[in-house]
Amino acid sequence: MQTLPLKPPQLTQHNPVVRATGLQKTYGQVVALRDVSLVAYPGEVLGIVGESGSGKSTLLRLLNLQESADAGTFYLEASPHDQQDLFTLDRYQARQVRVRHIGIVYQNPHLGLRMNHTSSGNVAERLILAGERSFGSLRRAARESLQVSDFPLGRMDDPPRKLSGGMQQRVQLAKAIALKPTLLLLDEPTTGLDVSVQALVLDTLKRLQYELGITMLIVSHDLGVIRTLADRVMVMRDGRVVEAGLTDQILEDPQHPYTQQLVHAKL
Amino acid sequence: MSTLAELAFSRQDYAYAFLDAFAKRELRRKILKAIAIPGYQVPYASREVPMARGWGTGGLQVTLALVGPKDTVKVIDQGDDDSVNAANLRRFIARMAGVKTTTDALEASLIQSRHRIPEEILRPDQILVLQVPVPEPLSWVEPSYTRARELHADAEYGLAWLGIYEDLVRYRSNTHGADYPVLVNGRYLMAPSPIPRWDTPKLHLAQHLTLLSAGREKRLYAVPPHTEVRPLEFSDVPFAVEDQRGWADAQTGVQNKFMTEIPLEGGQSRYQLSDSDYARKAALRLEIGATYYDDQGTFYIPGFLAERKASVAPSHAEQSLGTD
Repeated sequence: MQTLPLKPPQLTQHNPVVRATGLQKTYGQVVALRDVSLVAYPGEVLGIVGESGSGKSTLLRLLNLQESADAGTFYLEASPHDQQDLFTLDRYQARQVRVRHIGIVYQNPHLGLRMNHTSSGNVAERLILAGERSFGSLRRAARESLQVSDFPLGRMDDPPRKLSGGMQQRVQLAKAIALKPTLLLLDEPTTGLDVSVQALVLDTLKRLQYELGITMLIVSHDLGVIRTLADRVMVMRDGRVVEAGLTDQILEDPQHPYTQQLVHAKL
Repeated sequence: MSTLAELAFSRQDYAYAFLDAFAKRELRRKILKAIAIPGYQVPYASREVPMARGWGTGGLQVTLALVGPKDTVKVIDQGDDDSVNAANLRRFIARMAGVKTTTDALEASLIQSRHRIPEEILRPDQILVLQVPVPEPLSWVEPSYTRARELHADAEYGLAWLGIYEDLVRYRSNTHGADYPVLVNGRYLMAPSPIPRWDTPKLHLAQHLTLLSAGREKRLYAVPPHTEVRPLEFSDVPFAVEDQRGWADAQTGVQNKFMTEIPLEGGQSRYQLSDSDYARKAALRLEIGATYYDDQGTFYIPGFLAERKASVAPSHAEQSLGTD
């Protein structure tokens, strides 16, 4: 009997959107990342789990071009720099790539938002930085983006400090997706929200991923969030990736002792 | 043959114009640098002067570095020559430099001002020194001065538009009452000191030299003559000066010059010319030089300010805001 050759999955036949190899980062004596590599394909959601201090946030900061790595390369499908290691960009180019191609939602909204500006202004900021100079267009774009993030439009001109935690996360999300980024980074986007609001924010994220097909990288220690959103998952510990694979596979049948511990530690 | 002692000035215990020679030399070099890079904030060693920081020490140091025995000095505070701050500064400069003082903007060769530029067009041989409290125009949107300087270096001024956006959304019109951010020579974003929006266009292609100095923040910058100075604006919401159409000075009946509003009992208002020396000349029917805005309120450079709409409200911003 002749066996048919196995084709790789559809998803992986495209060129990866994100390619990072051999990322290293140390802060003084502390080694935050040791030789971390990752790829993400178009429209894929890559989850990163791990305990506090495992290097998740450092990894996200590197991918957000906030800091440069000690070693390693990072390529992103971000014209005109798609053939260039993004760590070699100068300050000005890096800012342009960040504005146009990378969106980020922080766990702490204070990091991502101007608390005393209006919510719509927070969203418009990204468009302004990208060069939009028409007030009417800014209003329209901000309204659209907030609507897509399920933000109540009646409050679009309230400052984030007057909004609830869930709404602040939606403003962050609207700001992150305002320019349809190539890569969306989510740093614990639902941690600190109560369970029902968490579910609503996750719904929004899921719908956005489905509608816009943005490649997402989601960092969380909540395995429920990872299970809901992520296609693939990487488990990190001590700055290393200890296990990686399909979400179902990793969460149902963990191989590495640490992952087993993590999965079983659920309440 | 003459000796060195004969050639040099005799030793004086008190330096001319208060500042010692080294301080003046440093200031003059920094002023030259500022003129060479229009709008760029040049750091300088702000000296002690017998006055508290925040009361015009920056402007005073520039004035003292520039003043000479043949100068005629005018000092303005909010348009007024006789307020305490202006009177103190004028008396101090006159005592330290032995110069003539005046209140007439056209007679003065050196004008130090806080919050106003005179209504009459300044000539190429005049120098205007503006006192600046906050020299960093990005400070409202970028709290870190280090990062603000990076943005200046990259000419990355998007954030400044965020400030205007916020104003338009919150107050439905441009309420940036003073210190409206301007782009100098197409390169540096500049805080023109807290002059009203009314005075901002006066810097554009001006014939005179404008020097701006912040004593507390230790920064000075300049707008050389004939330099482009454009206020930031959205493509669909043009920059506009204060709408004071219909306001008439209570004493002289003059219109279309910058006014101060004086609230009266019963919700009424009285208006008074902000430029007190212009008001004096108007009241005495003395000869008045050419002004930046004519009696119909038209700016002297045609086309620089967008045509005003007939009615005061609703503003353009309100229309584009929609009703939601």
